[in-house]
Amino acid sequence: MAEHGATVLRVCRAILGPADADDAWSETFLAALKAYPRLGGAANVEAWLVTIAHRKALDVTRAAARRAVPAADLPEQAAARGAGGGGGADPDLADALAALPRRQREAVAYHYLAGLPYADVAAVTGGSTEAARRAAADGIARLRKTYAGAALPDGETA
Amino acid sequence: MTVNPEPEALDLAGALPEVTRAELSALHARLAENADAAGVLDVAYRTLDTPAGSLLLAATRSGLVRVAYRIEGHDQVLEALASRVSPRILQAPGRLDAAAREIDEYFAGRRRSFDLPLDFRLCTAFRRKVLRHLPGIGYGHTASYATVAAAVGAPRAVRAVGTACATNPLPLVVPCHRVIRSDGQPGGYLGGPATKRLLLDLEAA
Repeated sequence: MAEHGATVLRVCRAILGPADADDAWSETFLAALKAYPRLGGAANVEAWLVTIAHRKALDVTRAAARRAVPAADLPEQAAARGAGGGGGADPDLADALAALPRRQREAVAYHYLAGLPYADVAAVTGGSTEAARRAAADGIARLRKTYAGAALPDGETA
Repeated sequence: MTVNPEPEALDLAGALPEVTRAELSALHARLAENADAAGVLDVAYRTLDTPAGSLLLAATRSGLVRVAYRIEGHDQVLEALASRVSPRILQAPGRLDAAAREIDEYFAGRRRSFDLPLDFRLCTAFRRKVLRHLPGIGYGHTASYATVAAAVGAPRAVRAVGTACATNPLPLVVPCHRVIRSDGQPGGYLGGPATKRLLLDLEAA
């Protein structure tokens, strides 16, 4: 629990932005606690948590879309994201990540933040392993274009 | 089947705004409250600094289920609770407020007996019987293992009484430190002999 808390929060922030990430994190771990006895001892906890977080993030996004006046949401999210930066980290990367198409953002977050292999990423998002790998590679390529800062991985063209 | 070798892991997490300890503990606290309200917080725990070192306190919804000294290894104790009681275990100090307050009062010399709901689920029936008898040995007093064995109606089970004390899941609160050897030596203690001495001296003062 303690070891996965930070990872899941990073994933939620990457997918949803900081404003909604706390709720998704709380929902994820509450759902995990409710379901825990059904998880076998040998199961991959990280992949399981990311699967729950993925569903919770979809719920949050759908709920936001239902009540949203989209124009009113954007400045607020951007402001929250800017305020969330700390420790010398560059909030621009969070913005660049937020600007990715959803599939790419998910593939990048689940593979590079949660450390899931592409087969597990594909199991969470649907689609093939190859498609997950491509989405992550495209996402990283686009991040490299929009974000000039930290070292991003070398090209991953399959 | 064949997977392209990954370029060495990108530190995307390191380049993003960091997740601070304070942010995580705020989230944990809220989760503990929600989990308790939803009835899925099976074991709540906290640590408490005392003159006998850091104590781990854990409670089910029925009551205090475990008190552990640092030398028992708090991480191992938590793992044992997760496998023997429930894996739904969270740091959640609220459920342990009363226990922490009473233990503080005990070490300050302002409390002579504990008034807390106790959960003996970690004990076998015989050990439970022994442990339930121990609060009858008053504060500042001691009894020998043989005396306790006789008192629970099993005069020949002196060794089993020793085992019940040595495996007491609720030391301090269930006063197995008041059970000593017939020759007057303190005998063993799961918090270590120095801790047993400390408690006996505190109660003798």
